[in-house]
Amino acid sequence: MADKLRQSVEQQLAGKIEQWTIYCDELTIEVAKDNLIEVATALRDQDDFQFEQLIDLCGIDYLTYGQDEWATEEATASGFARGRETEVQASDIERPRFAVVYHLLSVTLNQRIRLRVYVDEESMMLPSVINVWNGANWFEREAFDLFGILFEGHPDLRRILTDYGFIGHPFRKDFPVIGELEMRYDEEKKQCVYEPVSIEERILVPRVIRRDIQGPQSEQSE
Amino acid sequence: MAEIEHYTLNFGPQHPAAHGVLRMILEMDGETIERADPHIGLLHRATEKLAEIKPYNQTIGYMDRLDYVSMMCNEHAYVLAIEKLLGIQAPIRAQYIRVMFAEVTRILNHLMWLGAHGLDVGAMTMFLYCFRDREPLMDAYEAVSGTRMHATYYRPGGVYRDLPESMPQYEKSPWRNEKKLKELNANRQGSLLDFLEDFCQKFDASVDEYESLLTENRIWKQRLVGIGVVSPERAYQLGLTGPMLRGSGVAWDLRKMQPYDAYAELEFDIPVGRNGDSYDRYLVRVEEMRQSNKIILQCIDWLRKNPGPVIIDDHKIAPPKRADVKNDMESLIHHFKLFTEGYCVPEGEAYAAVEHPKGEFGIYLVSDGANKPYRVKIRAPGFAHLSAMDEMSKGHMLADVVAIIGTMDIVFGEIDR
Repeated sequence: MADKLRQSVEQQLAGKIEQWTIYCDELTIEVAKDNLIEVATALRDQDDFQFEQLIDLCGIDYLTYGQDEWATEEATASGFARGRETEVQASDIERPRFAVVYHLLSVTLNQRIRLRVYVDEESMMLPSVINVWNGANWFEREAFDLFGILFEGHPDLRRILTDYGFIGHPFRKDFPVIGELEMRYDEEKKQCVYEPVSIEERILVPRVIRRDIQGPQSEQSE
Repeated sequence: MAEIEHYTLNFGPQHPAAHGVLRMILEMDGETIERADPHIGLLHRATEKLAEIKPYNQTIGYMDRLDYVSMMCNEHAYVLAIEKLLGIQAPIRAQYIRVMFAEVTRILNHLMWLGAHGLDVGAMTMFLYCFRDREPLMDAYEAVSGTRMHATYYRPGGVYRDLPESMPQYEKSPWRNEKKLKELNANRQGSLLDFLEDFCQKFDASVDEYESLLTENRIWKQRLVGIGVVSPERAYQLGLTGPMLRGSGVAWDLRKMQPYDAYAELEFDIPVGRNGDSYDRYLVRVEEMRQSNKIILQCIDWLRKNPGPVIIDDHKIAPPKRADVKNDMESLIHHFKLFTEGYCVPEGEAYAAVEHPKGEFGIYLVSDGANKPYRVKIRAPGFAHLSAMDEMSKGHMLADVVAIIGTMDIVFGEIDR
């Protein structure tokens, strides 16, 4: 099913797709930021696609993709230490750091597609698809709030999930899980005060990569 | 002549009709809403970030707490996403158990919805009746997982354990005499399936009773007909799914169109509304309760006839039996690795969606080959529905805002995550 869709995409959107992948019978296409609105409108309107609904729009940070904390492929020279690094280490894989992933659903043709657009780290800007699918409004606000990805053309891009006056983009990989500030009520000042976080990071299970399990087959382009 | 500005009203986070912590800034012209701006995030718990630091199975408990009135459905989506990436499928008995509990959860959610919506609009009796009927279902949850609400019952590869052969009994106490005790324990003499079957047989009559309270009620109709009308085109554009979409006339249900688990083998109907107003959505959800009842009866029947394993055999993913762990070296090693490190999911990304009682609940899972997910995005149906609040409430009055929040079936756990 995803293969038929991939053929239609290749025929009709030729040249605008950077790469496609089929995994778990789902088609993912990568599109450059300049072609995004055109591809989105084509996916919504053309007869072969008819993706009337934007199901999901999310930001993703590929900073530590593929990073693990303990070696598993072979024994280390120093034996098996039980410690882990607390510093965030960027992955060696050459890949743009931020991306926005769109999930589309066609109710008429009963098909789904995933669209990935990488975001340029300097400008952090992407065109907004709010005029293609109105429902993108809050999803784009959320991607802005949690990752810092800006959407050009969005009428009201402000924070949605974080606290009023929160500084930072929490879901980025370099933002600590324990946070940066904590709030409490101060009896003397008779108001809520923000102070630097006083707890320590506590991760009980280190991140480990093993390739034991086979998993489904995948198909890719280029 | 004095300039008249819009009156700004804060429909504050502490409000009995706010269905959680919803803060809405309403700009009103007299009683009519000109603009509604919902402020969410007061229940944001960074579930997606926490999921990135925990092995896959430890996040299942977080999933329960997202939409905290339909617990197992959230787990279901997450577990399906992991299974997609692992390339495994649960055994058929586990699939039927999951479907049965998904429908039990649908009834739980719709009863909660009906009670809360009735209460907000003003029909207080509804609340009591619906909560009384949730009790046997929570007893079913407790029998199978130990907890009344947040079960953590589903696992990638199946479910945690098989259905129990006996139900907990009410004990003697100073408040219950012998006769009352016998009455209460009457339906608990058999297994969980017998208990659920007894519930299902009485449930249709209960739904008839609820309908007799509200469906033909003049006040209910006046409060709901014509409120929050959504046309099918706007529903597509706004990303509405589930009863919000079906109330507008679009026959779309993931259980029929993109079936998962054992849904393809069950017989049930999908109610579809006509006008896209709150009254149609009410009728759709009430009928969905009846259909869920039908599905549960079919599952009970199948489960009685087909014993079998409830989780896959592959001990790299599902833990081995305790007795084997004490006797067999491989089982011991598998148990150790699973409970210290967890299984590693092959690199890739997958999106799994279920027909959650509120709409389409999806989990987008990105794995880079590790024992912890790289990114878990939770696509909550309520998020898209609440974002349509402004459009749906324009031109309506303040009391209708409460009815609209109710008809969207808003639960803050999934919106804020």
